Amino acid sequence: MTDLTNLTVAQIRDGHRAGDFSAVEVAEAFSANVAGAKALNAFIVETPDHALAAAKAADADRAAGTLKPLSGVPIGMKDLFCTNGVQTTAASHMLEGFVPRYESTVSQKLWDAGAGMLGKLNLDQFAMGSSNETSYFGNVISPWKRNDGGPNLKERAALAPGGSSGGSSAAIAARLCPAATGTDTGGSIRQPAAFTGISGIKPTYGRCSRWGIVAFASSLDQAGPMARTVQDCAILLENMAGFDPKDATSLDMAVPNWEAALSSDLAGKTVGIPREYRLKGIDPDIDAMWDAGIAMLKDAGAEVVEISLPHTKYALPAYYIIAPAEASSNLARYDGVRYGLRDLPQGAGLQDMYAATRADGFGPEVKRRIMIGTYVLSAGFYDAYYTQAQKVRTLISRDFTAAFGTCDVILAPTAPSAAFGLGEKTSDPLAMYLNDVFAVPASLAGLPAMSVPAALNREGLPLGLQIIGKAFDEQGVLNAGLAIEERAGFTARAEKWW
Amino acid sequence: MSDYRIKGETGEWEVVIGLEVHAQVTSNAKLFSGAATAFGAEPNTQVSLVDAAMPGMLPVPNRECIRQAVRTGMAIEAQINKWSRFDRKNYFYADLPQGYQISQLYHPLVGEGSLHIEADEKAGIAADKVIGIERIHVEQDAGKLMHDQHPTMSYVDLNRSGVALMEIVSKPDMRSPAEAGAYVRKLRSILRYVGSCDGNMEEGSMRADVNVSVRKPGDPFGTRTETKNVNSVRFVMQTIEYEAKRQVELLESGGTVDQETRLFNPDTGTTRTMRSKEDAHDYRYFPDPDLLPLELDDAFLAECRESLPELPDAKRARYEAAGISAYNAGVLTAEVESARWFDALLETGAEPKAAANWVTSELFGALNRLGKDIADCPVTPAQAGELLGLVADGTISGSIAKQVFEIMLETGDGAAAIVEREGLKQTSDTGAIEAVIAEVLAKNPGQLEQYRGGKEALFGFFVGQTMKAMQGKANPQVVNELLKKALG
Repeated sequence: MTDLTNLTVAQIRDGHRAGDFSAVEVAEAFSANVAGAKALNAFIVETPDHALAAAKAADADRAAGTLKPLSGVPIGMKDLFCTNGVQTTAASHMLEGFVPRYESTVSQKLWDAGAGMLGKLNLDQFAMGSSNETSYFGNVISPWKRNDGGPNLKERAALAPGGSSGGSSAAIAARLCPAATGTDTGGSIRQPAAFTGISGIKPTYGRCSRWGIVAFASSLDQAGPMARTVQDCAILLENMAGFDPKDATSLDMAVPNWEAALSSDLAGKTVGIPREYRLKGIDPDIDAMWDAGIAMLKDAGAEVVEISLPHTKYALPAYYIIAPAEASSNLARYDGVRYGLRDLPQGAGLQDMYAATRADGFGPEVKRRIMIGTYVLSAGFYDAYYTQAQKVRTLISRDFTAAFGTCDVILAPTAPSAAFGLGEKTSDPLAMYLNDVFAVPASLAGLPAMSVPAALNREGLPLGLQIIGKAFDEQGVLNAGLAIEERAGFTARAEKWW
Repeated sequence: MSDYRIKGETGEWEVVIGLEVHAQVTSNAKLFSGAATAFGAEPNTQVSLVDAAMPGMLPVPNRECIRQAVRTGMAIEAQINKWSRFDRKNYFYADLPQGYQISQLYHPLVGEGSLHIEADEKAGIAADKVIGIERIHVEQDAGKLMHDQHPTMSYVDLNRSGVALMEIVSKPDMRSPAEAGAYVRKLRSILRYVGSCDGNMEEGSMRADVNVSVRKPGDPFGTRTETKNVNSVRFVMQTIEYEAKRQVELLESGGTVDQETRLFNPDTGTTRTMRSKEDAHDYRYFPDPDLLPLELDDAFLAECRESLPELPDAKRARYEAAGISAYNAGVLTAEVESARWFDALLETGAEPKAAANWVTSELFGALNRLGKDIADCPVTPAQAGELLGLVADGTISGSIAKQVFEIMLETGDGAAAIVEREGLKQTSDTGAIEAVIAEVLAKNPGQLEQYRGGKEALFGFFVGQTMKAMQGKANPQVVNELLKKALG
């Protein structure tokens, strides 16, 4: 019998529909993988019962002829989504033990579509980080290993799964779940997808409701799916997106049938190659992969043109002002008064309680960003930092608007390197922030962007290509991604060592 | 009347006053959540997940609150900004679950407007005056801390958390406590006419931050202090009196006024420092990224405008044009409930001037005696119209009307029915009246002699005697005519 955990979302859905296997078998197979992969530390909480209950319902629905779009498909849920009755921590000590009595809009939509939950996935604390090392619950370890470290896989250097959706990326790459939710503020879906050889799409800002997702930076946060194929991303996204009156920034637009309209024929399409994304001194494997990607899209019928996004170099600094500014305010609610951690030293007053609770409840990276954000919003600095960063943001949006006058999608690397070793960049926050250099501009402009696995580097590690599309044109992004997927023939997977 | 001046040792000082009035928007739901807003509910029963700032919760603007603020802006003839935006005001306090208040600093919903206060000799306002209004913005209220429930802990009640407030900011245009009092009263009246705030200061639906500075007339503005959360007209006036005097004494003794936030103590009528400028919060205002800018379309604005009622100034002018005295027009229009009641009375066809006199004297007197508001007046405008109609058509006299009204208050019966039952219809029967007059003249020969001797003031005496003898039921006009003839 086939290993059910090797199946894609589409294969599980269709196989279940056809009666090839039961949903319970699928759920149990994945739950067994989850239980056997503690070494990866991908999950903060495992919920096999949730997955099993959904599977039983799916099998019953099949018998009754009332199948839903995701019947039989178990998924992982990033622990940034509030889940009713299941601990939701944002990988923080602050929310350790916090059990919401409400369900995020996105997760509710997925359950309504028939999906089940295998567990809550680890992440960088409050989604702040690019390596998963800021999690209070310990870092996730990527299933991938470099090919140069000797015969014993387990002993080779532990690599970062990317971040912040590193639990999601690791779990999918290791076949612990066929798909998972992610959130992307400045690359948190795309970079971990690239690091682990899977796909992930950040839709247009507003496509997915933010209601019930622990906020990091409100004007940037977007939920999106992560999975092994472009088709799976389309299937998941269709069941996550949609207008939500509870989110004032939600897009009031119909959700297209992305899966049905998938096409890798790019005849008549123009792909833009941004000149400014060619970084001096970048890993030659990255540029080689990029060039290969250009050839693939040409092969799919697209015309390729060079474009300019002149303000690219200001994107990262602007992002690291705007995101921390919003975060410093969004995280003010974690004060020990109503829920979550409360640290009340003997004889302490309110201010002491705030200080003790927040000192204890937030990790160093979260504190760093709260400090940066507080600073840039302070009287006397606001205009120099925040206002200026917002102007840059506008200019970056205009760059894209101008570029999309001459092309339909933009192709670029997802990240400037392959996965790095755990601990390699923790002492240098700026080096860590540079991971987002290619991802952040699309976030600032609110544009849909996805990463698809394109190649292995010399060390045998996956590299991802990024496709950025026009606002609301997830279809164009997915189609270009599919064209790469078909041609890259990326079938490599991490050899099991855990 | 001279201007309000503080007499100091170095001469006269002028007081400069600006008010920031916080008015709770009348709405069934809070500004950014669906939670209810009932006053006096059990603690923490009017709280949604959004109000408690649970993780992942998002604000969604309540259209009705915006509508009410726009209507209020229109009522003070203000600029309505079709594009406005919400900002976060960041600070930590246990009654502020989000750690920030959603307000509007940079782009308020309502821009400049104005409000008219009337001359009031008695109160010391020499002439009508226009007070400028700088802006109105909408913002969230905070919750409430209770410090008396536990020996070492404070309790938090979030019922008020997230309730919509309008902050109505005046220009520093007021120059006396009386003007400030008149401003607050007029503003409250307008808010209640519009229906955007119940104006209930005791329940905290309306409270004022009072900005006061002093200067020698003609000098530039002095340094101001801001006294927070003053919750009655009287306290606003007391705050100003106290602050102005305190500042003058401070300045004259060589000191300087600190720009600071102060608190009013209603028990002593004094203010004290709450926090100095050095301790002032850095609120780190920035646009709320959870909310899109608020854009109002013409249809929405048109609907807001059309829904506005006749406002006090217009109503007052209409009453005066109908012959009602300026004083009565002022009294009748001050409170929206009185004005509504009076308008309903006018609709019964009552003659405006007589109706105004009757309402301001008879009705208000009775309500005062009974300790009731016009809102729970035992007599309806229709019933009052019937009573006044009986006077107007001569069925009863004014003095009988008073009797009938008393019976109406007691029994709730209609005026005509009471007149019928009690036999109070006035008579114009000349024969009967002539007979009584003859009797009265016969009984008072001395007075008759004096009258005929030229003491014409005694005419009233004979009228009174005749009316008394007829138990008030004689038609006074007929009595007058017949008496003149008899005395002739």
